[in-house]
Amino acid sequence: MAVAADLRVTIARAKRRDVMFVALGVAALLFAACTFVALFVDMISSGWTRLNPDFFTEFGSRRAERAGILAAWVGSFAVMIVTALFAVPLGVAAGIYLEEYGSRNRLTALIEININNLAGVPSIVYGLLALGLFVHTFGLGASVLTAGLTLSLLILPVVIVATREAIRSIPGAVREAAYALGATRWQMIQHHVLPYSMPGILTGVIIGLSRAIGETAPIITIGAVSFIAFLPPAPLTSDPPFLSFDWLASPFTAMPIQIFNWTSRPEEAFQANASAAALVLVGMTLLMNAIAIWLRYRLRRNLNW
Amino acid sequence: MNDEPKRPDLATLAKKAEACELNFFYGAKQALNKINLPIYDKRVTALIGPSGCGKSTFLRCFNRMHDLYPGTRYEGEIRFHPDNVNLLAKEVDPIEVRMRLAMVFQKPNPFPKSIFENVAYGLRIRGEKRRTVLMDRVEEALKNAALWNEVKDRLDEMATTLSGGQQQRLCIARALACDPELLLFDEPTSALDPIATASIEELIHQLREKVTILIVTHNMQQAARVSDFTAYMYLGDLIEFGWTDDVFFRPQKKKTEDYITGRFG
Amino acid sequence: MADAQAPPVIAGRLAHRRSRHLRERFIEALLLAAALVAVATTLGIVFILLKESLSFFSQVSIVDFFTDSQWTPLFSDAHFGIWVLLSGTLTSSAIALSLAIPLGTVLAIYLSEFASPRVREVAKPTLELLAGIPTIVFGYFALFFVTPMLKTFIPGLPGFNLLSAGLVMGVMIVPYISSISEDAMRAVPMSLREGAFAMGATRLQTALTVVVPAAFSGLAAAYILGISRAVGETMIVAVAAGNQPNLTFNPMDQAATITAYIVQVAKGDLPHGSVGYQTIFAAGLTLFVLTLCFNLLGYWLRRRYREVY
Repeated sequence: MAVAADLRVTIARAKRRDVMFVALGVAALLFAACTFVALFVDMISSGWTRLNPDFFTEFGSRRAERAGILAAWVGSFAVMIVTALFAVPLGVAAGIYLEEYGSRNRLTALIEININNLAGVPSIVYGLLALGLFVHTFGLGASVLTAGLTLSLLILPVVIVATREAIRSIPGAVREAAYALGATRWQMIQHHVLPYSMPGILTGVIIGLSRAIGETAPIITIGAVSFIAFLPPAPLTSDPPFLSFDWLASPFTAMPIQIFNWTSRPEEAFQANASAAALVLVGMTLLMNAIAIWLRYRLRRNLNW
Repeated sequence: MNDEPKRPDLATLAKKAEACELNFFYGAKQALNKINLPIYDKRVTALIGPSGCGKSTFLRCFNRMHDLYPGTRYEGEIRFHPDNVNLLAKEVDPIEVRMRLAMVFQKPNPFPKSIFENVAYGLRIRGEKRRTVLMDRVEEALKNAALWNEVKDRLDEMATTLSGGQQQRLCIARALACDPELLLFDEPTSALDPIATASIEELIHQLREKVTILIVTHNMQQAARVSDFTAYMYLGDLIEFGWTDDVFFRPQKKKTEDYITGRFG
Repeated sequence: MADAQAPPVIAGRLAHRRSRHLRERFIEALLLAAALVAVATTLGIVFILLKESLSFFSQVSIVDFFTDSQWTPLFSDAHFGIWVLLSGTLTSSAIALSLAIPLGTVLAIYLSEFASPRVREVAKPTLELLAGIPTIVFGYFALFFVTPMLKTFIPGLPGFNLLSAGLVMGVMIVPYISSISEDAMRAVPMSLREGAFAMGATRLQTALTVVVPAAFSGLAAAYILGISRAVGETMIVAVAAGNQPNLTFNPMDQAATITAYIVQVAKGDLPHGSVGYQTIFAAGLTLFVLTLCFNLLGYWLRRRYREVY
């Protein structure tokens, strides 16, 4: 090949740099993977011994071997229900408005800027908002309701964005078909847009909830404590009207708070508890993510645009 | 027809490159069938044909662009002169090939850099660091591309501030700066307006005796205006090749005649 | 037959046109109200932060707030120098970003320009999983794994320190930076890359010459997001960096960040309306303004350098 010798040297040098960069990229990837593995190995090796059924059915205690996460996971569960109850209608409604009704005017621009901005606000600021406004000004106290409201505001941008993207993927031809048959805008949304965008919305909601379940800062700020030795009152009662809302006003604790509390204790015995609880929390998070991905796959199969 | 300029005998013309029994496959699909085509030195050869006939595919074999995508396969040879090397051989480094050839693309694609750096880029990756040499070569290339007067006062501005026609001339200057042995044009004016198109065609006309050029074009009139030789391709086959005048006014094959006269497009 | 009456069903529907119209407007108003919750949230945040901070600044001079070198709000001789907390925030963030930005960018370039689809199929889920781990778990990891490990290399390292927290924060941020950067790079059209390849450039040369500059606005967005997350991160520093308000830029020290301080105070029992209670809002306001500035910077950068292909 009639190419000058020093040109060959230059090309060889450039190719060597290519190879070195690939090595760098692989090393970076391995570093991330190793960190992930190290985290899991660490949690499992120190927490494995505590993962027995008692752990899930005992309350927190000063004695490390007897402490369990019952109040914590029930609390997390209750808070998640409230979070979903607020975040889903608000987020989906807002997403529908922005996609279907909003025109490109100052108002929609203002709303969109706010959503983008809120997505970047640190979660502890939401905690401060809740502390000042919900706990004191509105007098809701450090309750399940307050926590649910706070976290629903936190994940609202996630739900709105997921809703908008799901709606956007519906082809205009489907809408036009509905209109051509005489449907009103809301009928078209109710009968077509919402059902077809359900998979995307559901996925976004679950991903949002998986974020919310691990959030510690906002709920500590509103005053959730970890020394809870009781559960919120049950929502179903034996007397009419069979439904009670007392649980909403109840003090509570949650998984991340329990972990935080146990990691703050100097006694080494509590480290095992913290590891076990961390494993459970990560397990819950991963499970929710997996469900979201599976749902998206399952429900998308029926929609072939 | 009587006062034709005297044309040299084909046997006396030097060849710059030659495709020999070239087949090309995208996966299982064969896109080029046994192409045998000479590219004469310091002449302009045009490739014409309807959409999908394989002319761009053929062009991109020369500088091994297909190597960038998985699933592609070459069969046959492209002999490159004066050293008679097969450009498609596995032992031949595609980077070396691309340093000897240059390509101008359909949509102007200047780098997100200054005008100067765009033209200097090829020299830089060939190892040239001396500022004076770079400045001289950049100026020369821009002059050869008929762009120097328009940009000489703003060499440090971003290339994206130029108009479409100017950007394409910049891409040509970028290609010329490295003294390519073969210049490949892939429909260089189809994204440009008529005035810009005319300026590019004028440029190709000026370059013709200095550089060997292979140009793919959708536009028959363009082929007739700028090229010495024309090859007509259809569905991966080379149907006809010859002097441009012969192909356009005295086509040998019916398929060629049908295309030229616009019976299909 | 002369009577061109619409069939009864449709006639009935047409007759209710007015009420249907009202119903549609009502629904639209409801949906708009939901969308305005976002605006209301921002207003709520600003309102509550300002309200408590104004009350705070009526008792504490704003000059002292920015110039005092101690932060001891709960002592009888109280000092309120925010720079103490800011030093912790800035130091931990700097450590985190000096790990996350190079690592995230290298990963993005590698995944976008070099890696085969199979590698990408394994790498992307791994990074997403890393991003999904709750920060309290990262805090636990920093305290119980990273700090002991660092102690073997750095003998004098205290049990609580900014270095460990900063490094783990960096690892947490890497997936955000790499995923946004990679999306931006993959959006660069192939024709731009071909221009460089056709000149004999290698993949690295093409990536650095063409792809990275062309994806600049996306990269800027990714970095700004990383900065925002680092500055706003709470649990990792609360667990692993100790809670000693300490005016220091030394990674080996323990220190409190703005976020860790707020958590520490909120954990305890502070009477509503006391100066101590109000400090968390003043600190929170500082944090909010800081992240707002970064978000605005990111927004401006993206608009300025947006590439249209």
